[in-house]
Amino acid sequence: MELARHWRQRNARYRLEGSRHRTTGTVSFPADHGTDEEPFCLSGRGSVLTYAVVHAPSTGHEAESPYIVAIIALVEGPRITAQLTDVASGEVTMGMQVEMVTRLMADTGPDGLLLYAYKFRPVL
Amino acid sequence: MRPVYIAGIGQTSIAEHWDKTAQDLAHDAASQALHGYTGSIGAVYVANALSAALGNQSNLAPAVAAGLGLRGVETLTIEAGGAAGGMAIRQAQLAVAAGVVDAVLVVGVEKVSDVLDERREAALALSMDADWEAFHGVTVTAQWAMLMRSYMHSYALGAQAFAPFPVNAHANGVHNKHALYRFAINADKYQSAAAVAAPLGLLDCSTEADGAAAVLISATPPVAGAVIRIAGSAVASDTVALHAWADLLQLDAVRWSFERAMAQAGVERSDVDVFELTDPHAIAAILAFEAMGYAAAGTGHLLGSSGAIRPDGSTPVALAGGCKARGNLLGALGVLQIVELTQQLQGSAPTQVADARVGLAQCMSGIGSTVATHILVRDA
Repeated sequence: MELARHWRQRNARYRLEGSRHRTTGTVSFPADHGTDEEPFCLSGRGSVLTYAVVHAPSTGHEAESPYIVAIIALVEGPRITAQLTDVASGEVTMGMQVEMVTRLMADTGPDGLLLYAYKFRPVL
Repeated sequence: MRPVYIAGIGQTSIAEHWDKTAQDLAHDAASQALHGYTGSIGAVYVANALSAALGNQSNLAPAVAAGLGLRGVETLTIEAGGAAGGMAIRQAQLAVAAGVVDAVLVVGVEKVSDVLDERREAALALSMDADWEAFHGVTVTAQWAMLMRSYMHSYALGAQAFAPFPVNAHANGVHNKHALYRFAINADKYQSAAAVAAPLGLLDCSTEADGAAAVLISATPPVAGAVIRIAGSAVASDTVALHAWADLLQLDAVRWSFERAMAQAGVERSDVDVFELTDPHAIAAILAFEAMGYAAAGTGHLLGSSGAIRPDGSTPVALAGGCKARGNLLGALGVLQIVELTQQLQGSAPTQVADARVGLAQCMSGIGSTVATHILVRDA
């Protein structure tokens, strides 16, 4: 089941919660657990820094293949690795503006979990 | 610290060894490295990345040692992803240089052909950040592809700029009887190959395969033949998650480990005669050459088009076929690189760089979260 492994990331995966430094205002994602950090939900807006189309997937992602993975520069500063969705690979461009959506990431089987998390799509 | 020498080498072919276990492969390579050696073995270090994930076997080192009749010897299994081999060489160099032991047998072994591609990709992805990268379906190949696209975008290059690296690797691999692929390719075939992780195509992606390599590291050089010394040995690390790097196209850990190893060895960039890199894709070699200062940012690809990477060039690389043609031994790669460079410095390599005296081996985990660099020197 690995319930706890996924449950403890729920705030980050469902509402893009990271942290913000109380003095400097620097935003971190994933959250920085240092002192003077407070929880902070990022806007989910960003731009595509780079991307690739995966034709040789790893276990658990076979059904989605081919799919697009990207590094996204979020407007608050941090970068994030995530899949792009609701877009064909030929339509993705470098610097494209994207926004976070919540999507099913994996189904771990009859006795397992449905794992949801962030993906990014072109801004509607 | 006392000087440390290469006292024996061995390797298996890189192939799909259906009939052999990891222990069998390790035994074959280690037996060659120990051939004719009559001294004592202070320790056996075994480098491996994926046995626990794919082979139902962790703690390989005691099994390898016992198979060699070395029951009772100190053993250590070293896992550092694709940098495991270089890390094992580093630990052996430290133990011998410090005078703790007089000789360490380092064996790198990888056994990946027992599972299908998806499980292998998932196992390779263990070297990246589990929660923030691998969970999202990113593969190591896709990470290199993202770096390649960023490089192409930053410097306005087409995919053809990358072709000379796999073309060179395959041209050299033809002559290596241990290589996985012994055929030549050309730039046209490179361009028309199917996508694996676009923009990376099939002819710019290495194949992981089974095999083992062994190096006997000793305080005493062999009684006959060339005297080859580990003159520089350094490991550096970086943030595991690629997206956390300040500049995606700067392999900082490559640069840090390179600078430390070169300073130890007391050699200059121009002194290095032959290179072996973690080069599963052209972009990996290009960014490594840039990080090491052999090309300015954005110009590493010119080392390919100018011919500098070929055996008669100024920065020859992948002489035994590199990861692309010889095959990618992952956690064993760093040990195999030392075997191949030793042959270069002995003058006995299948594709020989003329009068090679200084060799550089660089191996990394994933896209460079751990990097080991070694400088071998043939003493006069």
